[in-house]
Parts: sequence; structure tokens; C-alpha cells
Amino acid sequence: MLRISDLNVHYGGIHAIKGISIEVPRGKIVTLIGANGAGKSSTLRAVAGLVHKSSGSVLFDGREIGKLAAEDIVKAGITMAPEGRRIFPHLTVLENLMLGAYSRSDQKGIARDIDWVYELFPRLKERTWQKGGTLSGGEQQMLAVGRALMGSPKLIMLDEPSLGLAPLLVKEVFGIIKTINDEGKTVLLVEQNAYAALKIAHAAYVLEVGSIVLSGTGEELLRNPKVREAYLGG
Amino acid sequence: MSLAMFVQHLFNALTLGSLYALIAIGYTMVYGILRLINFAHGEIFMMGAYFVFWGVTLFHLPWPIAVIGAILVTSMAGIMVDRVAYKPLRNAPRISALISSIGVSFFLQNFAIVVFSAIPRAVQRPDWLVKVIVIDKIRILPLTLVFPVLSFILMMGLLYVVYRTKPGLGMRAISKDIETSRLMGVPVNRIIAITFGMGSALAAASGIMWALRYPQLQPVMGVIPGFKAFIAAVFGGIGSIQGAVIGGLVLGFIEIMIVAFLPTLAGYRDAFAFVLLIIILLIMPTGLMGEKLEDKV
Repeated sequence: MLRISDLNVHYGGIHAIKGISIEVPRGKIVTLIGANGAGKSSTLRAVAGLVHKSSGSVLFDGREIGKLAAEDIVKAGITMAPEGRRIFPHLTVLENLMLGAYSRSDQKGIARDIDWVYELFPRLKERTWQKGGTLSGGEQQMLAVGRALMGSPKLIMLDEPSLGLAPLLVKEVFGIIKTINDEGKTVLLVEQNAYAALKIAHAAYVLEVGSIVLSGTGEELLRNPKVREAYLGG
Repeated sequence: MSLAMFVQHLFNALTLGSLYALIAIGYTMVYGILRLINFAHGEIFMMGAYFVFWGVTLFHLPWPIAVIGAILVTSMAGIMVDRVAYKPLRNAPRISALISSIGVSFFLQNFAIVVFSAIPRAVQRPDWLVKVIVIDKIRILPLTLVFPVLSFILMMGLLYVVYRTKPGLGMRAISKDIETSRLMGVPVNRIIAITFGMGSALAAASGIMWALRYPQLQPVMGVIPGFKAFIAAVFGGIGSIQGAVIGGLVLGFIEIMIVAFLPTLAGYRDAFAFVLLIIILLIMPTGLMGEKLEDKV
């Protein structure tokens, strides 16, 4: 469904992404794991159209989207819950969700998806009229994921959804990612919590300083001694 | 001072204040979204006034059509200013766009001198705006009733767009976080253009009413009202629309009342506004309703 080929990203003089290629098949969860600064977030941001790609192609459903503006990529069917959640603190929960649906104009579909998001995250429903900034960290993460779902994406990209959450909430977040996937959304997941990510992923890539050093199914990588040593604590 | 006199001053203050408020909204909206003080805004105000009187005297358009046409053309001009002078500098340091706006301001003033000539022109006012109404010894110019009402309607319209429509939601999102707004699919450049267009339309409306109030047109007529409205926006808390409205009204009241109660100081009326600016910046830099930093993690 999504095929990234030979992607390169430079920040000034720094070569942050060095010719990586990633394949995300329809209906699957694919995860990128790696240490800080490995280029995981940059990869997602490049796909979303937020950072300039020096070269490489991004094919989505057979269509080249590498040159599209961020808002057109959303229209094409890729949304993202960015790192650090980045919800709008001065807008209400409902307004945040409506922003996620900005590129759509099918009022009925939007109303249906609001109900669906509230079903996934009942706590958001209780807080519909609250300002985003008053939510707890976990609730903000749910809002960020819900907001990305409101764009009616075929592919949803999640950047560090478990970052800074209590262990119980981390479990909940990964449960929800599985639910979303079961309901038909393809997921591209970036995580530092490698163990949890590999457990739910169908395929995984390991990034190190801008290059892919390993790839395979989630289970394969979970058993891989190199991965165990570097990312899973032995 | 008699009560009748005071009531007259009150209406004058309300008129001046709402004209300031209309300009101040444009400053505050552009600042809210781009963190840019658009110093060319006073010139947009001036252009609105000139376009209307062009329409009326040169093309013999009826008033309502000339006004609507002038407002539309002026908002196009505001969008063009953004396109030409600010959009190429979106990723440059903020000071670059600020300097660019000062350049645009000078350019438009001199352009107006060339096109409209530097000689001040008298404005022919429709009778119904200036035929004094006398109610119980209170003498009121009809325009001091009409202009605040019109301004109020325009402001309500603007608030409706900002708080009840989709582009308004986009504006409020962009004002906080441009990048995440992009991720949501908000067409950022289009929303910025709408913002400039609406701010310029309000400035044009204000300029037209200003020209009818002080029946004269000149190419530099936007400079002092522009600065004063900027002060009003800072006083109200730059970035806040409600603040700009309150700031404009307060400034209008202060100005008129100082002249009314202390006529010997009337010559300093412009100076008061700038003293106010200095005081605000010293003791309350975020203004009445400016963004306070939120402590929530």
C-alpha cells in the first residue's frame, strides 16, 4: 500500500535519512524501531510532507505522493498522530477532532467517525467540551490518535504513542492500535518501546543512524539476538 | 460640561473607538497567525477610502455598490500584499517580514501619492449622514450613530467566521501550531490569505467611514490611525480579537474625553496614545487579554 524507496532527507549539512526503503502492506501493522536520532520520526515526517525529501519516491496505492503538500497527503488518505501529541490546547476536544476531519466534507461520515472515536475512547466523550490543554497526558494521546482517525485515513502513522505514559496506559494504547488495525486501518508505528511494538507488528524495520540495519516480521525480530541485546535489554 | 455635551462626546468616542477597533482586528489577526506586525495595514485602510471615492466620483457608482466594491478590491489588495511581500519570507526570521511590511507601507503611501496625488481631497458626504439630529438639546451627527452600529455588525460577522466556521477553526488552529495544522489537512496558505482578506476588508470599512467622518482623503491618512489601532491591539493583548475591540474602544474614549475635559491638552491627543503604549509595554506587555503562558504539562 505504501512503498518508500531510497528516501533521503538532509537537515542542513546533516544526512538524517540515508536511502531507506520501507514497504507497508495493506491491513498490516508495520513498526520502525531504533534509538533516539535514528531517523524514525524523520521518516514519518517525510511521508507526511512536513520535511523536504532530498530524493526518493513515496508510492501510496500506486500513486507518487512524494511531491505533494502536507494537506494533499491527508486528502490522499495518510494521517499522523505526531510525536508529543501536539493537540491544540486552546480548542475543545470536539474542535480538535473536527480539525482532524478538516479535509473532508461528508458531514454524515464525519458524524459517524466522531461516534466511532468516542466509542474507542469513551473518556474523550465525557470531555467533549473541555479544552484540550486540560486533559491528562493519556487522554491527550487518545485525542491525538482519535484526531488522526478523523481524517478517515487508509494509513495512520503513529509517532511514539506510548511516550511518557504510565505502564497501564501504555498497554491500553497498544490495545487500541490493535483494535484500529482490526477495524481495517493500516498502521505505521514508530516506537522506542520496541518490545510492545514488535509484539503487535506484522513487519518491523530497525533503524540505526539513518539506515535500515534489520527487517523482518515482528516475531523474527523479537527472537533476533542482536535486537534483544540492543533494544530489548538482553 | 453639560450632560448634553457629554452625551455628544460619548457618541464621538464610540465612533472613533469602533473605527480603531476595526483596524486593530486586522493587526491582531495577522499577528495571531503569523506573529507579524503588518505595518502596511494603515495603508490598506487608506486604499479602502480612496477606492470608494474613486468609485463614486470617477465611475459614478451608487454609494452601496461603491462601498462593497471598494471593500472587495481592498481585501484583494491585502491578499496581494501578503503574496508579494510576506509569503516568500515565511521561513525567514520574523524580523525580515516585519521590515518588509514597513517597506510595503512606504511603497503604498508613495504609490498613492502618484496615483491619487498628494493634494488632500474633500469628501462629499450624503446628507442623511450629516444632517444633525436634535433630541432634547443633544445634537447628534447621524453618522455617530450609524458607524458604531455598522462596526458592531462587522465585528459580529467576523467573530461568527472565526468561531463558527471551518476556515475560522483553521485560523484558530494555525494561530497555535502551524505544522500540526498542516498535518490535519488545513490548507495553511489559503487560510492565511483569508485572514489577510478579512482583516483588509475591515480596515477598508474603517477607512471609508473615517473619510466620511473627517471628510478628507490624503495618501498618508492611514499612518496615524494605523499606529493608534496598533496601540489598541497591543493594549487589548495582541492576538486576541476581543482584546483588539476593547483596546480600540478604550483608546477612542481616552482620546475624545481628554480633548473634551482638558481642552488645553488637545494638541497632545496623539501623544497620549503613544504614552499609553509605553506604559502598557512596561507594566503589562501581554495586554488585557493577551496569551498567558499556560502551565499545564
